[in-house]
Amino acid sequence: MSERLLTVRDLNVRYGKVEAIYRASLNVDRGTIVSVIGPNGAGKTTLLNAIMGVIPSKGTIDFCGADIGRTITEQRVAKGMCLVPETRELFSQMSVADNLELGAFTRYRRGDKGIRQSLDMVYELFPRLLERRGQLAGSLSGGERQMLALGRALMSQPTLLMLDEPSLGLAPLIVREILHNISNLRTTGVSILLIEQNARAALQISDYGYVLENGDIAMEGPSRELASDPKVIESYLGMGVSGHDKDS
Amino acid sequence: MDTQIFLLLAQDALTNSAIYVLLAMATILIFGVTRIIFIPQGEFVSFGALTLAILQNGAVPGTVWLMLILAVVAAIMEVVRLLRAEAGREIPTALVKTLLPPLAIAGIVYVCAPLKLALGWQVLLSIMIVTMLGPLIYRVAFRPLADATVLVLLIAAVAVHFALVGLGLLFFGAEGVRTPAFSEAQIDLGFLTVPGQNIWVYATSITLILLLAFFFGRTMYGKALRAVAFNRNGARLVGISPSLAGTLAFALAAAIGSLSGVLIGPITTIYYDSGFLVGLKGFVSAIVGGLASYPAAAAGAILVGVVESYSSFWLSAYKDVIVFTMILPVLLWLSLKSVHFEEEE
Repeated sequence: MSERLLTVRDLNVRYGKVEAIYRASLNVDRGTIVSVIGPNGAGKTTLLNAIMGVIPSKGTIDFCGADIGRTITEQRVAKGMCLVPETRELFSQMSVADNLELGAFTRYRRGDKGIRQSLDMVYELFPRLLERRGQLAGSLSGGERQMLALGRALMSQPTLLMLDEPSLGLAPLIVREILHNISNLRTTGVSILLIEQNARAALQISDYGYVLENGDIAMEGPSRELASDPKVIESYLGMGVSGHDKDS
Repeated sequence: MDTQIFLLLAQDALTNSAIYVLLAMATILIFGVTRIIFIPQGEFVSFGALTLAILQNGAVPGTVWLMLILAVVAAIMEVVRLLRAEAGREIPTALVKTLLPPLAIAGIVYVCAPLKLALGWQVLLSIMIVTMLGPLIYRVAFRPLADATVLVLLIAAVAVHFALVGLGLLFFGAEGVRTPAFSEAQIDLGFLTVPGQNIWVYATSITLILLLAFFFGRTMYGKALRAVAFNRNGARLVGISPSLAGTLAFALAAAIGSLSGVLIGPITTIYYDSGFLVGLKGFVSAIVGGLASYPAAAAGAILVGVVESYSSFWLSAYKDVIVFTMILPVLLWLSLKSVHFEEEE
């Protein structure tokens, strides 16, 4: 078995009196893609925000063998975590190149010399960003924005990349391209924690999956097994697939 | 009004505008990065000039004591914060970071003050002292309120303003000062004589604007400050901490303010409370730029300078009233314009 990168144990998040996440536990191993699927309002985004330290939580979060539960977001970024939120949070009044450069801010502070190289790598991965490097981020299309958000995240050379609904609001063809890009990232050695509405696609590109329901981990297992689990098929993969599976 | 007077007033307008541009930029910078409407910006101006005046007399200015007291308070706050966060190991580093720069500056001033160095060195010392005050004021007065609303931050800013004006009276007394000009040379254009100090003001202002443009456009830290101003959450997610950005913004604003102070010290008499009006006019200029646009704020600064200068000729007693009343049509215009923008989006 490969090395543990992230261990979350008994994580609780409350919004006032509402329990948004209740005793959730999950693990991410180095070099793997882990997906979390579940219905709207199950707490998927909350889970990622809590792991990133954007919102306060109770429980244990171990990252790279150290307890990071008490650190702030910026420190977690410096330790190698990176979150691409559903809202992307780009600097829309700044150029594409500036957005990417700022992705490497913590590396710049450390005096990292490889930033230039990472920039070339990101441009190689997303040639469209190279074409548009002088444009304002706000002028990009939805798919390009998602590429920029991914590129900016990669500029920090994360060991754990957390993606919140990378396919949200994108045309099917572009979704395929983005997901293809994400599964290719595995070769760069980064581990990915992925949240998707599009459960089928998420299980296709991930190694391990969790099903989050009402703030609670309801099921977990290797993605292939989850994808053939009748309950998952019924709730998340739609009738079409379940019918197809019965036929075969 | 003959041509001679017209030109003299124009020269005045230009000199004042050059200062207001700088203060407007500092105001926009602080507001963008920290959402604080920083009323005490003008105090950096008066403190800069008055600190220089005390150094001219070979004494250690009171601002040094203020700096040291603030540093000690900041250090205590830092220790309390780290103890609460159960990060006791970081205390020694934090103490060194908080206390070392102010102590170093105080030490240099203590040694250099009686030597009565050349004017240039004293200007540098004054700017160093006042620049150090910026981040310390941010740490002590504003960082604990980082998540407060704009209104709460404004009230805190007003409180800081009154505290600093009071301390200014304590340190410098009620007497006004005039510091010596950087250069006694004059440029005779035939129809008008331009004093050397005015040339210094124009040149410094333009140089500083170019430097800031380079800083914001080309350097990582400058871009990081802009990123925080545009999108706070996005900035945190790439690891830019708002408190680091705030510290940097306050240091820059204090440096700009104190530089403005030593520049106008030879042109006008500076009292412990003179900074307030100067700072407010910079603020009015920043308002013209919607507290966001540097070029529009620069245009605003020229407008404020011109209006102030020519109204001082015709309606001298009302010149400040006229300048501050200008804010009303500007706000009306901005509010009409911003509705238009929202529809576009």
